[in-house]
Amino acid sequence: MVKKFLIRAMALLFVSSFVILGAKENIKIGAIVAATGPASFLGDPELKTLQHYVAKINKNGGVNGQMIELIHYDTGANPKKAVTFTKRLINQDEVVAIIGPSTSGETMAILKFVKKAKIPLISMAGAVAIIDPVKPYVFKIVATDRMACQKVMQDLNKRNLTNLALISGSGGFGKSMRKQCKEVAPDFGIKIVADETYGKKDSDMTSQLLKIKNNKNVQVVLNPGFGQGPAIVTKNYRQLKIKHPLYQSHGVASKKYIEIAGDAANGVRLVAPPVVVADKLDDSIAYKKVALTYKNEYEKAFNSQVSSFGGHAYDSLYIIVEAIKRAGSTNPEKIRDEIEKTQGFKGVDGIVNLSPTDHLGLDTKTGMIMLEIKNGDWTIVK
Amino acid sequence: MLKRYNINNQILILTGILIIVPFLLQNDFHFEIAILAILNALICIGLNLLMGYAGQVSLGHGAFAGLGAYISVILSSNYELNPLLSIFIAVMIMAVLAFIISKPILNLKGHYLAMATLGIGIIISIVLEVEEEFTGGSDGMSVDSLVVFGYEFSDSISWYILCAVLLVFTIWAFENLINSPFGRLLRSIHDSEKAADSVGIDVSHYKSIVFVISVVIATIAGSLYAFFSGFISPQEASFSHSIELVVMVVLGGLGRVYGALFGAVILTTLPQLLTAFEDYETLVFGVIIILVMIFMPKGIVSLFDKVVKKKEQNSASS
Amino acid sequence: MIELFGYMLSGVTVGFIYTLVGLGFTVIYNSSGIINFSQGEFVMAGGMSTVFLLYAGLPLGVAFVLAIMITSLIGIVLYKLISFSKDSSQISLIILTLGFAIFLRGLAQVIFDKQLHTMPSFVGDGAFEIFETTLTYQALAVIVVSIVIVISLYLFFNKTKTGQAMMAASNNVDAAKLMGINIKKILMLNFAISAVIASIGGILLTPITSTNYEVGIMLGLKGFCAAIIGGLGTPFGAVAGGLVLGILESLVAGYVSSEYKDAVAFIVLLAILFFMPGGIFGNLKSQRV
Repeated sequence: MVKKFLIRAMALLFVSSFVILGAKENIKIGAIVAATGPASFLGDPELKTLQHYVAKINKNGGVNGQMIELIHYDTGANPKKAVTFTKRLINQDEVVAIIGPSTSGETMAILKFVKKAKIPLISMAGAVAIIDPVKPYVFKIVATDRMACQKVMQDLNKRNLTNLALISGSGGFGKSMRKQCKEVAPDFGIKIVADETYGKKDSDMTSQLLKIKNNKNVQVVLNPGFGQGPAIVTKNYRQLKIKHPLYQSHGVASKKYIEIAGDAANGVRLVAPPVVVADKLDDSIAYKKVALTYKNEYEKAFNSQVSSFGGHAYDSLYIIVEAIKRAGSTNPEKIRDEIEKTQGFKGVDGIVNLSPTDHLGLDTKTGMIMLEIKNGDWTIVK
Repeated sequence: MLKRYNINNQILILTGILIIVPFLLQNDFHFEIAILAILNALICIGLNLLMGYAGQVSLGHGAFAGLGAYISVILSSNYELNPLLSIFIAVMIMAVLAFIISKPILNLKGHYLAMATLGIGIIISIVLEVEEEFTGGSDGMSVDSLVVFGYEFSDSISWYILCAVLLVFTIWAFENLINSPFGRLLRSIHDSEKAADSVGIDVSHYKSIVFVISVVIATIAGSLYAFFSGFISPQEASFSHSIELVVMVVLGGLGRVYGALFGAVILTTLPQLLTAFEDYETLVFGVIIILVMIFMPKGIVSLFDKVVKKKEQNSASS
Repeated sequence: MIELFGYMLSGVTVGFIYTLVGLGFTVIYNSSGIINFSQGEFVMAGGMSTVFLLYAGLPLGVAFVLAIMITSLIGIVLYKLISFSKDSSQISLIILTLGFAIFLRGLAQVIFDKQLHTMPSFVGDGAFEIFETTLTYQALAVIVVSIVIVISLYLFFNKTKTGQAMMAASNNVDAAKLMGINIKKILMLNFAISAVIASIGGILLTPITSTNYEVGIMLGLKGFCAAIIGGLGTPFGAVAGGLVLGILESLVAGYVSSEYKDAVAFIVLLAILFFMPGGIFGNLKSQRV
């Protein structure tokens, strides 16, 4: 009789000790990434980066004495799954902030849910519509598609090319960038003479490219898109022996693109965030150190080449962490307010200055560089 | 009174379970899964009528549900029509469409019928993706919430009650249908079309009716889901969604209305439980399907049959 | 005119891939009456296995042979599963093969990974220039190998003893049994052959369009359309169906709309089912009452 009582008492003490010890709760940060599927070379480095640096932060004592718990879900770039996982993060996991999604289509789909729940979101996607018009709870530290178009067209002007053919992916970013390019083209005196599209999961773009090849007016081709689509476009492009210069967006700023496209990628020009060539950057660039440190750390930890996408994840994570530190609280509203006050943040993507009217924070001049692929590697175009 | 309205024990038990469930759910997300399970169950009951009782396989039902939902959503969001009216119009459109489609394809046999429904389903899903102007394309579109006679269905409880009531009603209607002369006609067609034909039954007419009914239910359930989740994408009409629905019906037990219900509930909640095995989710799903089809081809409901049988044997012998 | 030639050429190349996938369907259907919804996954298995074997450092030839053997084993496993199942109604088998397809995809995710993979073209990256369009060496390889496979199949089924036994078995199971033909072995062999054809298709395709765990879904469906369009009764049906499909797709993408390219296969499928269910080489098996 006494024995039974003792055992039960011990059990109770045992359990309650956990309750007491666990009283210092974890800071739950949610992440929605497209780690698999057509955008896997965006989501995979993003996830790896988040996991690596969350572990690093926790090893150094966490934030305000609390550990960060990263709750992540893989959407395969599927907007419907992004919606489901967002709801799950908000209602079941009760996160205080969300990083992601990886793609523009998914981001647009979840906007109304984070707004309703009043949880701050830092997206890792490219479309300018995400932060223009400004939405109180939505931020992104990724150069926009509009910026990419402008940078490309500046280069076209330098090379005296005016007749542009577009071949765009139909997913959010491709669609959005195509729209932006068409809008800004007149500002640079560029004419869009062909406008083809392909699906997210298409495995062959030969027919669309044949149309472009047969179009006598085309001088240069731009491929708005991300992930596997542009890699296949590039391969088909060379197979068809199309002679015009080919430009890509920052949706392919990853060595994975070169790996899949193979030799076909040589000679392709693209705009990219500086981190992919961090080691080749001019020392005078203020954030070179951060970018280079990240590049080296990533490549050592994962034995694979750095990509810009992981950089977005790094910036998003640290901006949230800094905001939590300044807020001294894990209340989502307060975190949001502090995120908005971020100034002079030296990120992998550049210097970030956020404000109530600017939820992008990046400088158009230094945010992107024109690169050309030579011998399977990035080179900076002067 | 119960007997008069043909309410049997099972429906009472179901109602009881539906009333208890909300108290077991811990947060909004759980409710979301429960509501999704119920709506899937509705589509499956209709699909089960088509596949189990009329013997017509449909590998494209996700597309019908999706298309019906898109019509409702486009009418209410883009054209500012009352949501209930939108659903009603969508049902009318889909019913007519289903009737027209049913004529040529229900004359096909076996595999060829399955293929035709597959083809139609995929064509529908491609159209929904390509016609971005109307549908928002592959990234989907936002859906405003359901407002009925001034009442906005904005929280989980009201949705749950709506769906639960619909479910009980549908099952009750279904059971009555099966036990009616119409139902007996259906079963005779299922058993042997030639025999039914030879006694003067207009086989293709009845098959068309069943097809239309199953599409109508799918449209209603699909539309409600869109209004509930606040978002719709061509995924709803995809081939994989169509396959999921068929698997739900067969896994639960073909030809059994509670089979359709079980199948839907199990297969809706399973992926949520499996996110712990994130990487293995697809694999486990495949294994489950294979195991059930090999060892329990009559569906999970057949397990219950065995238990009930055993009980009857025991009570008989005691 | 040149344009047209270009579209037709690319259509022929893709068409032969559809033919290879469709052939797999045809072989299994002819011998067992089963529609194998995991056929596309056999193609995926062939391509993915080869890629990973190459990564592991194996030489090209060895990787090919191993990949083909692995895939044929998968085909045999499917056959075993089907023979175990207690219920052989059409709907059960459809679900079973669908479940197997899902299983294979899940397995691929776990064993390989979810990324996109490619391998270098084994005949080099060059191409012929014909009338201002290009035909890559790889595409030519696809065409040549496919033709070789079709002819081999024809010869096998019509000129060899085993092949003829298999044809006999599919035409009349009871008579074949009486003649001492081992039905089980024959069915198993058919599944294996179907898997081999599929895996070769996967290997040929990978240098052109890359591969990943999901690549089997659309390929399977389209190859299946090709088989039905041409007619399930004969391997030439898959050839005809594949080419028709490939060329039509290419023409539609070029002249009508590139966005509706994928719909072509299914629209033609429906047209055939409604108006010519036997397919081009109409050889409809009679319906049992």
